[in-house]
Amino acid sequence: MEFFQMLVFPGLIFLSVYSFALEYFDRIVYARLQNRQGPPWYQPIADFFKLLGKEVIVPASVSKLWFKLLPVFAYAANLAAFLYIPLTSANSLYPFSGDLIVVLYLLTIPTLCFFLAGYISEGVYSGLGAVRALTQLFAYEVPLFMALLAPAILADSWSFAGISAYYSAHPIMMLVNIPAFIIAIIAAQGKLERTPFDAPEAETEIVAGAFTEYSGKLLALFRFTVDAELVVVASLLAAVFLPFYASNFIISFILYLLKTVFIVFILAVFKGLMARLRIEQIVAFCWKWLIGIGLLQIVLNVIIKGAF
Amino acid sequence: MSKNLVIPIGPQHPSLKEPACFTITLEGEKVIEADIGIGYNHRGIEKSCESRNYYQALYIIERVCGICSHSHSTCYLSGVEKLAGVEIPRRAAFIRTIFGELERLHSHLLWLGVAGHEIGFDTLFMYTWRDRELVLDILAMLCGNRVNYGINTLGGVRRDLEPQHIDDIRRMCAKIEERNNYYVNLALSDATLAARLSGVGMLSKEDALKYGAVGPVLRASGVKSDTRRNDPYLIYPEIPFDVITYDSCDVFGRVVVRVLEINESIKIIRYCLDNMPDGDIIAKMPRKIPAGEVVSRYEAPRGEDVHFIKANGTDIPERVKVRAPSEANWHSMAHMLKGDYLADTPIIIAAIDPCYSCTDRAITLNNAAGSKRTDWEAIRKHGIEFYRNKGVDVSRILLPEKINY
Amino acid sequence: MKKKIPGAIIKTAFPTIFQKPATVGYPFEPLKIDDDYRGELTYDAEACIGCSMCMRDCPANAIEIINIGTKEDKKFKAIFHLDHCIYCGQCVDSCPKDALVMSNNIELASLDRNNLKVERE
Repeated sequence: MEFFQMLVFPGLIFLSVYSFALEYFDRIVYARLQNRQGPPWYQPIADFFKLLGKEVIVPASVSKLWFKLLPVFAYAANLAAFLYIPLTSANSLYPFSGDLIVVLYLLTIPTLCFFLAGYISEGVYSGLGAVRALTQLFAYEVPLFMALLAPAILADSWSFAGISAYYSAHPIMMLVNIPAFIIAIIAAQGKLERTPFDAPEAETEIVAGAFTEYSGKLLALFRFTVDAELVVVASLLAAVFLPFYASNFIISFILYLLKTVFIVFILAVFKGLMARLRIEQIVAFCWKWLIGIGLLQIVLNVIIKGAF
Repeated sequence: MSKNLVIPIGPQHPSLKEPACFTITLEGEKVIEADIGIGYNHRGIEKSCESRNYYQALYIIERVCGICSHSHSTCYLSGVEKLAGVEIPRRAAFIRTIFGELERLHSHLLWLGVAGHEIGFDTLFMYTWRDRELVLDILAMLCGNRVNYGINTLGGVRRDLEPQHIDDIRRMCAKIEERNNYYVNLALSDATLAARLSGVGMLSKEDALKYGAVGPVLRASGVKSDTRRNDPYLIYPEIPFDVITYDSCDVFGRVVVRVLEINESIKIIRYCLDNMPDGDIIAKMPRKIPAGEVVSRYEAPRGEDVHFIKANGTDIPERVKVRAPSEANWHSMAHMLKGDYLADTPIIIAAIDPCYSCTDRAITLNNAAGSKRTDWEAIRKHGIEFYRNKGVDVSRILLPEKINY
Repeated sequence: MKKKIPGAIIKTAFPTIFQKPATVGYPFEPLKIDDDYRGELTYDAEACIGCSMCMRDCPANAIEIINIGTKEDKKFKAIFHLDHCIYCGQCVDSCPKDALVMSNNIELASLDRNNLKVERE
């Protein structure tokens, strides 16, 4: 039964199907925002299978083992993080106290894999992309942690179950976390490397950043990882900032879909509104604004915690 | 990083629409040196004009550039007509002016979109290209083609403006004006645009003059220079319009100059529609052009276009020389790139609205014997050597046995 | 100077999501082509007098007029190389008898280059 759950729901197969669906949704919203028709619903799947059919070229001077393993690592880390996030009830598959922290750390692994993939590729574009990916990690990671930990401080629990329990008891407290939610959305945009924080893979500057030397199946797996990351991050934000569930499984599942679609909708609109920032502008913005507001939020939450 | 990183941008690169090679030397993310290699897109246009008659050469010249096709053909024709001593009818001059300004509209809108794309602002890119489509629809309706209009002919224009077209043009102008005012507002109010464009690709007034920049690049450096005003042609002497300048000397200034020029173009089109005289649209031209030399100038959307034509009394030109506006702007490029971030390189390159195939000229290779003929094998060898010096080994690429053209 | 905010385009962009897209799903939906658009050449063999002005003025050597009749009883045939043609329409202007006219058929794409060499009688 447990193996079935890991494989089907909420595991591998659900994550795969839903990441294609959310990529489609992301692309269609982005297209409609730009007054375009957008792709047909099967486009993400078609792209994936087309890439699977392409030749894999490994640069001659690169360690073949690592070059092939890194996409798998990145995807595996995403899947592992996904298994700890509660989707349809307050408890995930393996709940324990402190699972929020574990998920955050697991989510850092894909970015590190992107960095390593670019670094070992030995190309100039991939090298620059790798350095930028790592620089960006330092810019968004701190505000993202702060934004996600602020609700946890208020709930006095490092676990999803605890957060859910607290906010079910005091639903009005969810409103306190709105600034943190906005920071989390912006930082998530950086985490997912989307405009305006897509400097690590800015196509007009450094081709495809860290993935420049990747092709065929390996690139397909990386693209798949990026899609899966979108699902995982959306689920994570939903679990922390909108932690309410229904008792019925079906209703709860629909609620989960609505929550994640809502978050991806915000992310997609956000993507269409701005020009890409330079890497040093990203760092300056994240440390100047996001961290400042994040700190205020944490102080506010601590005060509220003490007052009530 | 102790060693400076050398990055090749091009010949094939996602931010370049045509091949050109920029070798950028980086210190961290800062550009400390830029080397520009062009010539990948040479098509021998000038030479092929010398083996065609004036009518055929007109269509070759029209294809020097896909965007400023009307500029090149009008510039060429005004030279040929001057040599032949033919005055084109007034109505034809009005129609040529309208097309020139419509071309400026769609060229500037296209550029605005490309600039948006280069800084990752794809929404702006899609919106401006959507609006540009309105202009292209009008052009297709008026002349039957979307980009290479084929409206010009020796002695006048080929298609007349019908009354129902005039209403369509007015409607389009109103729409573009409304949208363009929105872009002006957006350029002045969006913080990310300002963050990416202000202070980038600086070219001071003195440098702009020193490197011989033309068109919007020169005007964005605060120099009031426009061939339509300095050396008017067609009916420009009588048209009231402003020469837009901006003195911020950066890419942002180039954006502002271009969006404001769109409004000026709309003003000019409206003036032409209001004051259009009746009459013929074509004057009789001789097939053989009397011997002589002429230089003609034209303000293309990208800047001043100069054509030199030498006629020898037959129906075939002896020499046609094209100085496209992009060619004049290339020289300031290395200067503008220096000191900025790598991330700004694409937008700085795009900011002169470069047209690579307009620019590329032939290179003659001399071998040791002093002969000017170089065979295929020698060119291939030279190519392999050239790229080996840049650190790329292409000698392992196999050629097909026979190349089918 | 106005106050600058990031994402100022949202006021136009957000309502656009719910509007009809500006693009057309072209091969599946018809495209509006003007009647006097310059497309494929049509040839009227009856009107042609074989002066070959079109051949002389064509910048791309895309047109050939051949006499397939006898010297006394002339009959003409045109060969269009549509892959060479640049659709400038100079031949239409040069023709003194209006034997050449451009249609608005632009759907000429073909996977085989030989299909683009068409003969008209």
